[in-house]
Amino acid sequence: MNRDAQSRAPIMEALLQFKRARVVPFDVPGHKRGRGNPELCELLGEQCMAIDVNAMKPLDNLCHPVSVILEAERLAADAFGAGHAFFMVGGTTSAVQAMILSACKTGDKIIMPRNVHRSVINALVLCGAVPVYVNPRIHQKLGISLGMAMADVEAAILQNPDAKAVLLNNPTYYGVCSNLAAVTDLAHRHGMLVLVDEAHGTHLYFGRGLPVSAMAAGADLAAVSMHKSGGSLTQSSFLLAKDSVNVHRIRQIINLTQTTSGSYLLLASLDVSRKSLALNGADIFEHVVQMAQYAREEINRIGDYYAFAGELTDGDAFFDFDATKLSVHTLDMGLAGIEVYDLLRDEYDIQIEFGDLANILAYLSAGDRLRDLERLVSALAEIRRRYKKDKAGMLTQEYVPPVVVTAPQAAFYAEKQPVPLSESVGRVCGEFVMSYPPGIPILAPGERVTPEIIEHIEYAKERGCLLTGAEDPDIETIQVLK
Amino acid sequence: MELWFFERHTPNVKFSIRVERQLESVRSEFQRIDVFESPEFGRFLTLDGYMMLTEKDEFIYHEMIVHVPMAVHPCAERVLVIGAGDGGTLRELCRYACVAHIDLVEIDRMVVEVCRRHLPSVACAFDDPRVNLHYEDGVKFVRSRVDEYDVIIVDSTDPFGPGEGLFAKEFYGNCCKALRSGGILVNQHESPFYADDAAAVQRAHKRIVESFDISKLYQAHIPTYSSGHWLFGFASNSLHPVRDLRAEEWNALGIKTRYYNTRLHAGAFALPNYVEELLKDAERKR
Repeated sequence: MNRDAQSRAPIMEALLQFKRARVVPFDVPGHKRGRGNPELCELLGEQCMAIDVNAMKPLDNLCHPVSVILEAERLAADAFGAGHAFFMVGGTTSAVQAMILSACKTGDKIIMPRNVHRSVINALVLCGAVPVYVNPRIHQKLGISLGMAMADVEAAILQNPDAKAVLLNNPTYYGVCSNLAAVTDLAHRHGMLVLVDEAHGTHLYFGRGLPVSAMAAGADLAAVSMHKSGGSLTQSSFLLAKDSVNVHRIRQIINLTQTTSGSYLLLASLDVSRKSLALNGADIFEHVVQMAQYAREEINRIGDYYAFAGELTDGDAFFDFDATKLSVHTLDMGLAGIEVYDLLRDEYDIQIEFGDLANILAYLSAGDRLRDLERLVSALAEIRRRYKKDKAGMLTQEYVPPVVVTAPQAAFYAEKQPVPLSESVGRVCGEFVMSYPPGIPILAPGERVTPEIIEHIEYAKERGCLLTGAEDPDIETIQVLK
Repeated sequence: MELWFFERHTPNVKFSIRVERQLESVRSEFQRIDVFESPEFGRFLTLDGYMMLTEKDEFIYHEMIVHVPMAVHPCAERVLVIGAGDGGTLRELCRYACVAHIDLVEIDRMVVEVCRRHLPSVACAFDDPRVNLHYEDGVKFVRSRVDEYDVIIVDSTDPFGPGEGLFAKEFYGNCCKALRSGGILVNQHESPFYADDAAAVQRAHKRIVESFDISKLYQAHIPTYSSGHWLFGFASNSLHPVRDLRAEEWNALGIKTRYYNTRLHAGAFALPNYVEELLKDAERKR
């Protein structure tokens, strides 16, 4: 990485230059630097409105970058060790979909773990590819999905030599990493592409002593949520590509669904954040790891909570741990993660990232302060003092391994009918059911409904999980294939 | 030449003091610390530009935050003080022979150093052998304490900045756990007058009510604080601040004070109607 070049931010510089030029706007957007919408201008600030501008020659064009955006993309590629970096304004969802659409077409097989984000299965609905699921290993005590075991990946590759790609989610929301380098090597030896949903892994490219990143491991494509640990604005993201893939083809695929009015606020935020990470990322994430480590020690001192870390790695499905993640197992206190999540917000004015059946996740970043961590730890201590219960009868598992009957696209477009949840056993599901966050489907289109899955959904509802995806918001009924 | 310090009590109200000279201006890890000398109020300490104390009126605040709980608790041996890096609360506490042990938890070492240097009449009890200084976050300190203190005094800054955690519900809950039975929590409770301050009063009151069976507020007149009308909180699981007042016993101690007396003690808990309404409203929001 060329550090001198990284101190530049071409999109930001062009925007500031453009602002100084005081160009008279007879183009869109119609708010004309905020003057046409005073209330919004008051809310967001004049500085923000003044750079909410349209694509034009001095500012380049996201659909076909030739100047400042291209330059910014090249700087990002250098910072991430990629062949090319695409600026994405439709969230990491759009980056994940572009990855899959680039690798697969109708009927192609793609090997992936089942605990993927909904955006992955949505991409399969779009392109008609057929998933070959590798069930992720489950950590028995914590109830969380781990990565894929090497033996399982190898079996899937050998049984499906015609598969086009292997997709991994790495690290998981909880910070669990698979053996990315070994999986990549194996897939490449069988002529398959390696795609990595790296939504929770931006910092791996810059921190010291963190798990290996997708590009460093030799993966072909990676979707990186800059707006998560990278500090850019919500909805901005990078799609990273190695030189092994055709960049022009990927640009075409992105342009199939991407807006032609890419927001310069998002683009500038990517540009500025990339600069900051390239120059200061190592220190930033070292500080985050220290804070997370401190919080883990304090939380484990309270009793009944288990803030886990690298001690659980097993050399296989839990190959490595991302130490910036603060995940806490809550079941020994007789409370589901989602219950602790609700108590933190409702009783203590503390909003964490999510809670599932057995764990909570607090997201730490460069913006955190030690004194806020002290509050979090104190609130957890109070919750234990006031709400601790008998832990009998608690479900632990994040999700139940499903049985795939029909490919997602076929199931999505099939004729469907609603049936009461309790009567849906044995039917093929035609929609998604998931807790959000983390957004990992309990049921996806094309999967058979089993008694265990119904039990899981009922339990999640009872504990207060926000279930989304289904047509019936209360999930009393479920859409199944006719 | 005229030099004036001012603080905004609201976006539309300024309180101003003429300054003779600035004695100190440093930035710690947590905040900016300044000491000024003024013709009217003597020396005064500000943190991030907010008035903390002046030599002229600090006695009102420190007497009221210490003597009220000490005149109710029959025998406070172990006392925890959180914040209070200026030492004024310690000074008042050290006048009690019954007090055997004081833990003072101040997050910012530099505040103590600056006050010892420039405010000797306030920061005069740090060397008392009963005093144990801890430079750490009070939120953290109290988390691991169980059944240890007779009185906890929260002498915090405002509910924004480094003192924010000392107005949080988990903190009050942790204090409840750290008190022995019959213990008392007293806290600096902001002013009820201007809207933003009043909202802070309500927020803090709501959170304390959720943690203690008895939670009452009392008032004092402090000229250099926002509106001059200031509140303190008194919380306990068994002692009532007025019914359990031990006036005779306290007077027998012979502690000389300039503001506090046991008649004023009872009167300080009689609040204006609008303040009572404010508190009832906060309790209803539970």
